[in-house]
Amino acid sequence: MNLVFIRQTYAEDQKNNLPVFTMNYPRIQIPFEITLWVLLASFAKIGFHVYHKITIWVPESCLLISIGLIVGAIMHSVHEEPPAVLTSNVFFLYMLPLIVLESGYFMPTRPFFENIGTVFWFAVVGTLWNSIGIGISLFAICQIPAFGVQDINLQENLLFSAIISAVDPVAVLNVFEDVSVNEQLYIVVFGECLFNDAVTVVLYNMFSFVAEMPVVEPVDVFIGVARFFIVGLGGMAFGILFGFVAAFTTRFTSKVREIEPLFVFMYSYLAYLVAELFAISSIMAIITCALTMKYYVEENVSQRSCTTIRHVIKMLASISETLIFFFLGVVTITTDHEWNWGYILFTLLFAFVWRGLGILVLTQIINPFRTIPFNMKDQFGLAYGGLRGAVSFALAFTLPDTIGRKQLFVTATIAVILFTVFLQGISIRPLIEFINVRRTNRNLETINVEIHCRLMEHTMAGIEDLCGQWSRFYWKDKFMKFNNRILRKILIRDSRAESSIVALYKKLELQNAMEILDTASGDIKLLMIKKFLAADLRNIHDILSKNMYKIRERTVAYRGKHALPNDSQTREILIRRHATIRRSLRPRSFQSSVSYLAQFICIILINYFFCWERGLGFSPARSSSSKAMIPLHRLGTLEEVPSTDVLNEESSSTGEGVFRTNSSYSDSRVPHPRRLNSSFDDNNSSVDDLRNVHEEDGAEQVGQRQPASPAPGWAAEPRETTARNPLLRRPQWNPKKK
Amino acid sequence: MGASQTRPEHNYDDLTDKSGCNRDDLDRIPALNNNPIRKQIITAFFDKRNQHQNDVGSLDEIGFEQFLMVMSHFRPVNSTATEEEKVTVRKQKLRFLFNMHDTDNDGIITLDEYRTVVEELLSQSGAIETEVARSIADAAMLEVASTNVPHMAPDDFYEGITFEHFEQILKGIEMESRMSIRFLDMNTATMRCGKLSS
Repeated sequence: MNLVFIRQTYAEDQKNNLPVFTMNYPRIQIPFEITLWVLLASFAKIGFHVYHKITIWVPESCLLISIGLIVGAIMHSVHEEPPAVLTSNVFFLYMLPLIVLESGYFMPTRPFFENIGTVFWFAVVGTLWNSIGIGISLFAICQIPAFGVQDINLQENLLFSAIISAVDPVAVLNVFEDVSVNEQLYIVVFGECLFNDAVTVVLYNMFSFVAEMPVVEPVDVFIGVARFFIVGLGGMAFGILFGFVAAFTTRFTSKVREIEPLFVFMYSYLAYLVAELFAISSIMAIITCALTMKYYVEENVSQRSCTTIRHVIKMLASISETLIFFFLGVVTITTDHEWNWGYILFTLLFAFVWRGLGILVLTQIINPFRTIPFNMKDQFGLAYGGLRGAVSFALAFTLPDTIGRKQLFVTATIAVILFTVFLQGISIRPLIEFINVRRTNRNLETINVEIHCRLMEHTMAGIEDLCGQWSRFYWKDKFMKFNNRILRKILIRDSRAESSIVALYKKLELQNAMEILDTASGDIKLLMIKKFLAADLRNIHDILSKNMYKIRERTVAYRGKHALPNDSQTREILIRRHATIRRSLRPRSFQSSVSYLAQFICIILINYFFCWERGLGFSPARSSSSKAMIPLHRLGTLEEVPSTDVLNEESSSTGEGVFRTNSSYSDSRVPHPRRLNSSFDDNNSSVDDLRNVHEEDGAEQVGQRQPASPAPGWAAEPRETTARNPLLRRPQWNPKKK
Repeated sequence: MGASQTRPEHNYDDLTDKSGCNRDDLDRIPALNNNPIRKQIITAFFDKRNQHQNDVGSLDEIGFEQFLMVMSHFRPVNSTATEEEKVTVRKQKLRFLFNMHDTDNDGIITLDEYRTVVEELLSQSGAIETEVARSIADAAMLEVASTNVPHMAPDDFYEGITFEHFEQILKGIEMESRMSIRFLDMNTATMRCGKLSS
């Protein structure tokens, strides 16, 4: 266009000069403003962590709202309008799904399914109780002429109470994760927040429909109940359907690894949108989709895709959440409010009272059915943790304008949200510590615990079979069988059933391997080398030099602009280790750094040879000896281990340093006690076996030596696992890494 | 549900008609087929150590009383129990698990015994080689050793897991809630038919 312009001017009288510098703001206005807002909110987040103490006592949501308030005040004073981007459409279609997807994806499945009855009980019955209770009491208040709100009828009150009884996952999680309450409490509150959406949606729709009707008939109530079931179960059905389709799709994506994460997002979003299309509970759809999908997808996709998926979900959810709270603050200042002291104060009071009552009554009813009943402190935590947040906010804005007192409702909603988030959010942490609610014990990720938990489950299932009882273990057993026999064959590309014990074991072994590579202690190498004859040493060096070349070569074999390099996680580990070693040894000479490199590779490979040597002594007929001839070959052609959490965080940590590795890895820099191969007499053969087993992961071989030598190798472990646990545990228990 | 309700009947009838029931009877229960550790569970019923007396060895047949004694290990803990009682109950349950491992009655779980258990546990999850199971058992053993005897010299030999060590490694788990069955829907009508001895 500019070119034409120029030509024209040349053709004409050249009255206008060629503009050297032009600005075209309207063209980019919308994306530009969105980006600026997101950046601003993110800067706020960075700012909070500058002063460490703040985030301990004040949850992030509060801080964000305050910043929003400040910005809103600034905008108001210059008479600017807040960007029109925050319509409820934007909220429900773009922001909420991200947050809910994150909650669903990182939900701890085992505790969730153990408590599923309680969760649904609180979500459904609790929300109903709250809405109806608050609605009716507010209606009673409205009758008092002194408050001047007599024009609000019962339906409108019920509608309003449906809005504010929705406990909000965002606000609650923000607070609860930092406090680390016991698992039961956490999962019940969490689950309740997520699943009460079904009830809220139904109630909201029902009451808003009803609010416009002059007369309510009993048949409408029945319809409402039927609608609830359709909404809830329909949401779940859609979610499961899309989850399975997603899992099935990822079975075939081995050649297109780069777009694997996309499938996860697209299918979840589709589930959400389709549910919105039919006006059924989209939140339940997306949560069930994430739950179903996660288990199968994580086995199908590559390690990197898995990390990417998790990382991106967290990032998007974080942005969403930040923006929501931020805008909550801004909009608070800039909307027109209608304040009514009586109504609003009573709303606050009733919200609080009815929640407390509800929890009390419901817990009494459901405690006999629970194996770990809730004590009074837990109940207090449950009741006090009922924070309202963004969902109520958005729902308030979507109130139809036919309601006369819409502004009052909006104001009241904002007041409730601000009150609960600020007051309850800030005070919940000291209160919980004060009354000493049961905390979680995070040090449970040892192999023994896992083995014994499984043992107990099987024992319980067995005993129950003996008695002819059908209970939770029975159903879990049945489901696992169905899963292994049918579902996994269809949905997973390489369907070898892997026990959780084995997965945990692999994870811990990898952890140990990393540990060894991390410590730059010369002793180990010396001790190990001592056991070898000179000839063997020469062999080692030969093969070492050959293979070092191979390793490097493979990293540069890119296949094209859009292809990622070949995935091999141990090689990744090795390369990164080399990088860190190189970095740490930079001041020294090149020669010494190379020798250190060689030394470390030595350590890994020596295990092969050590076992090889012993294997030859015992039983040459074993397949182990043939494998010993090409131990290093294995180093290059590794298959991918089914995803383990540690690997996600390891590879991401060593690469980007995003997660909190630095602390844990620097902690673990203890010189490793010597690992002599000592006298587990009947265990020498095990060393061979161990090598055979881990054909897949070369780096793991280092870890294999430990079972042979009883104590010192693992002596450091308990301390380190505690230091490392926050890193290695499945992400749900981590305070949100933002 | 009919099948499950006749099963306890069948069991108790067996116990009442004959003088007791033996391993084959328990073996015949079809639902246990899918349980990887069924052998251990069945053996546990016949283990004298689970009878709250100080005997060792195993019985060939058990009567209803002995059946109940074993089942009593799975009693849920009363919420009104004192701390002492809770500790005792917990010890009992842990003892039951310990006896399941310790097949030769010497009070220690050796590496072999542990390996057997792990192998059985993992036997159902598809193609797990025995080497994997072995190495897992080894690693687990090492964990126990390191948590309980942290300063072993490199040449020491770790004998096996004693009961104290066993308790130590399972310190964090809430045993009371996991190892308890609530007989909520036991149909007492079915229980009363047939002659219950003693």
